[in-house]
Amino acid sequence: MPRFGMVIDTRKCVGCQDCVIACKTENNIPEGYNRDWIITESHGKFPDIQMEIRTERCNHCSETPCVSCCPTGASHIHDVGGVVLVTHDVCIGCKACIEACPYDARFAHPDGYADKCTFCIHRVEKGENPACVEVCPTYCMYFGDLEDPNSEVSKLLKSRKWHVNLTDAGTQPNIFYLV
Amino acid sequence: MNELLELTTTRHNPHVDPVMAMWEWQIPVYLFLGGMVAGMMIISGYFLFTNRHKESNCSCFFIPIVSVVLLSLGMFALFLDLSHKLYVWRLYTTFQFTSPMSWGAWILILVYPALIANILIRPAKWMTEKVPKLLEYSKKINEHPFLVKNIGITNMILGMMLGAYTGVLLSTMGSRPLWNTSLLWVLFLVSGLSAAAAFVHLFAKNKYESELLAKADNGFLIIELFVFVMIFLGLLSSAKPHIEAAQLLLNGAYAPVFWVFVIGIGIIIPLFIQLLAVNHKIKHTAIAPILVIVGGLILRFVIVSAGQYSHWFNAHFH
Repeated sequence: MPRFGMVIDTRKCVGCQDCVIACKTENNIPEGYNRDWIITESHGKFPDIQMEIRTERCNHCSETPCVSCCPTGASHIHDVGGVVLVTHDVCIGCKACIEACPYDARFAHPDGYADKCTFCIHRVEKGENPACVEVCPTYCMYFGDLEDPNSEVSKLLKSRKWHVNLTDAGTQPNIFYLV
Repeated sequence: MNELLELTTTRHNPHVDPVMAMWEWQIPVYLFLGGMVAGMMIISGYFLFTNRHKESNCSCFFIPIVSVVLLSLGMFALFLDLSHKLYVWRLYTTFQFTSPMSWGAWILILVYPALIANILIRPAKWMTEKVPKLLEYSKKINEHPFLVKNIGITNMILGMMLGAYTGVLLSTMGSRPLWNTSLLWVLFLVSGLSAAAAFVHLFAKNKYESELLAKADNGFLIIELFVFVMIFLGLLSSAKPHIEAAQLLLNGAYAPVFWVFVIGIGIIIPLFIQLLAVNHKIKHTAIAPILVIVGGLILRFVIVSAGQYSHWFNAHFH
């Protein structure tokens, strides 16, 4: 069973927002809403300050509080690649999943249903990359099957140091940041 | 010399950024009304179980009617909160075992028949005037004392489930550290019982019941204080996000409203007044019960709002 995931090289990401715009146009995201975004994190003590720029979205976690709390089954784990999706006409807009996500990755779409990144499953099922990965000008994003030891994402995770977001929240996210 | 720690985001999703505020007034109003109805079902069920329905002015006759109205108002608030309203029926085409909201939806379906059964034991005059057949049903139920007792037990059990689930709904959200305490259902259940006792005390015609509920309410308020202490002990001895969540109420952004309205006006002052009243130092007035009810409502607002404010945001700093 494949498990789709993303690897993002924070050493290459410049925060240009191309991925954000690509997502908005590909998925027709309404004005004022975002399925992906850029985080700039600075930490340290002068003069030893480090900065990390990364593109973030739903982590398509392996442990999914958003799916467990859904009262209608609209939030579900897709058969292909374990991608976390929302069936629009089953969602009642109770917003429990939005509250349950420790990454605040979901939002209430103006049409009423809970919305978030789909890993562009409509493209992936045709053998293409998600729009954000496809458009990245610095080639800092990689998409693939984490279960396949020969995939580019698996090889990168073996050869480079990485972290995930909010390890302690217990969600086992599937987006990895190379450092 | 503090280390710099700064996160800048380009995300600005409405009601998510800068802080989560997805659940607005509808949810605390529902949690409050649901909790108070739960408490009233337990009280009414207890009166039926102890054969108090034989008294002509037992509170167990008006409680279920008021409960149906209040619960329906609460459910309407819940409906208003849904952003995909036309699909609300989807709740009842499935049962999701891991979702407290799904449990709640089905518990609510069971609550109404239990309340109606309670109403049928002694339907109000305006009901029997419109539907005389209700008197026949009432007579049949009253012919079987065990049936009345079982209606009482059912009301108590479903009341417990309703009151508990309102807390579990929030406490299963690991993403919001303030809610993520397994004692939240106890707090909401006791607070619901307390508001219910205050409400019934306000309107009870039976003197024994009125006095009993004032005494019981004092007990509930004291227990509520203990539960608060336990919740804070738990949060403060937990991980950083939980400690920060507790501090939101204890000395942070929500401290003024928490200490003044929830603890002071909602618990301490009415407890003080009611302790004097049950010891016959002063007369019973409407002040203490009204404060308890208002405090219970504000408690839900504070917990829902502060809970959404609490987060894991900085916890992933590596």
